Amino acid sequence: MDATTQRPPRPLGLLAELTHRCPLGCPYCSNPLALEPRTDELDTETWARVFAEASALGVLQVHLSGGEPGARRDLVEITQAAHDAGLYTNLITSAVGITNATLGKLSDAGLDHVQVSIQDNDAASADHIAGYKGAYTRKEALAAEVTRLGIPLTVNAVMHRANIDHVEGMVALALKLGAKRVEIAHVQYYGWALKNRGQLMPTREQVDRAVTAVERLRGAHKGQIVIDAVVPDYYARFPKACVGGWGRRSLNVTPSGKVLPCHAAESIPGLDFWNVREHSLQDIWDNAPSFMAFRGTDWMQEPCRSCPKQKEDFGGCRCQAFALTGDARATDPVCHLSPHHAKVKELALERVDAGYEYRR
Amino acid sequence: MISPDAKPKLPRGVRLVNNEAQGGWVLLAPERVFKAEGPAPEVIKRCDGKATLNEIVDDLARTFNAPRDRIMTDVTAMLDGLVEKRLIEV
Repeated sequence: MDATTQRPPRPLGLLAELTHRCPLGCPYCSNPLALEPRTDELDTETWARVFAEASALGVLQVHLSGGEPGARRDLVEITQAAHDAGLYTNLITSAVGITNATLGKLSDAGLDHVQVSIQDNDAASADHIAGYKGAYTRKEALAAEVTRLGIPLTVNAVMHRANIDHVEGMVALALKLGAKRVEIAHVQYYGWALKNRGQLMPTREQVDRAVTAVERLRGAHKGQIVIDAVVPDYYARFPKACVGGWGRRSLNVTPSGKVLPCHAAESIPGLDFWNVREHSLQDIWDNAPSFMAFRGTDWMQEPCRSCPKQKEDFGGCRCQAFALTGDARATDPVCHLSPHHAKVKELALERVDAGYEYRR
Repeated sequence: MISPDAKPKLPRGVRLVNNEAQGGWVLLAPERVFKAEGPAPEVIKRCDGKATLNEIVDDLARTFNAPRDRIMTDVTAMLDGLVEKRLIEV
């Protein structure tokens, strides 16, 4: 192969984890158990350089996330830098820590889209899940301000055993708040969510009811709101095309500047992550061993190696394969063709009625 | 169908950007990316909410020295498609 054909595809999206700090304690958080401290966080100038490099690399959209991005005092400057680099800016927030005044400044800085997470359609339950009293009220208020400013709003509803029967209520709430889009996102079990799996896992009957409800609501509200649903992994027959394929469409920069192919990649031992403090984003995307590790299909084993769907789902999720089988090169055991698939079904039955281990 | 007097514009949250690494112009919307191919960028760039469709077509006919009737037909069809996808509002 010559240099041209070896060139990897260009990424479309960058998840900028501006900080791991967050006032909320959601037990389904996908941040790593070892949260990065404030003292290690990249400064404003470095983020600005990362955004310029990202744009040159082909990145079109940046998701300003965390932790809670509102915990950064320089969020407006960071957003402005992303906008100036020509990137489409999407703020992913819990709403706690973003005042209406800050939102106004973000809007002026060119913020294109806001995604607000909501834990439940009942205030007391929502605050209990978030581990933060008053969070729900703040979310409603910020969502109203987003809509008032004319910025498109997405409501992100993470679903699990305690709220999965409220799909209809969550969609109604999203409509009331003026959202154009709602994500019914079943918990993905990484980081803190994996630690709380027994407390969060819904039953098969709940999942079936939720899937039926989404289909019905899509029909009922066609043209009013887009309902995107993330399938609950452990109840699927085929794995998700995790991050659209490893090192293929997106990348993730941690608060301290490590560049990851996906936000949970650090859970796989032995991967060498490069940092934006030492390398350009282009160099990392093209050459970092962590990005090369599972790019393309050469790394695959059976049953993926000879599977006709290998370029549709890319073997599923590497982090999940490692977490559940101990081998990051294995087929994601969510796939019914995996020799470990029976174990996933067993794990879905393991339910614990203890309290949450809140993210701290 | 879009009227010749309508003043099309990009809604808030939709942006047209040129990214060389991705091979040119793209329309960006929440969680969505559309390639703006052929004459699309030239049309969309002129949708500023001030110019009417008539004025946009006049300008395109002048700039590209092309028959006005044909441009009106093509641009109307293109904008109707974008309005349906909520990438243009009138």
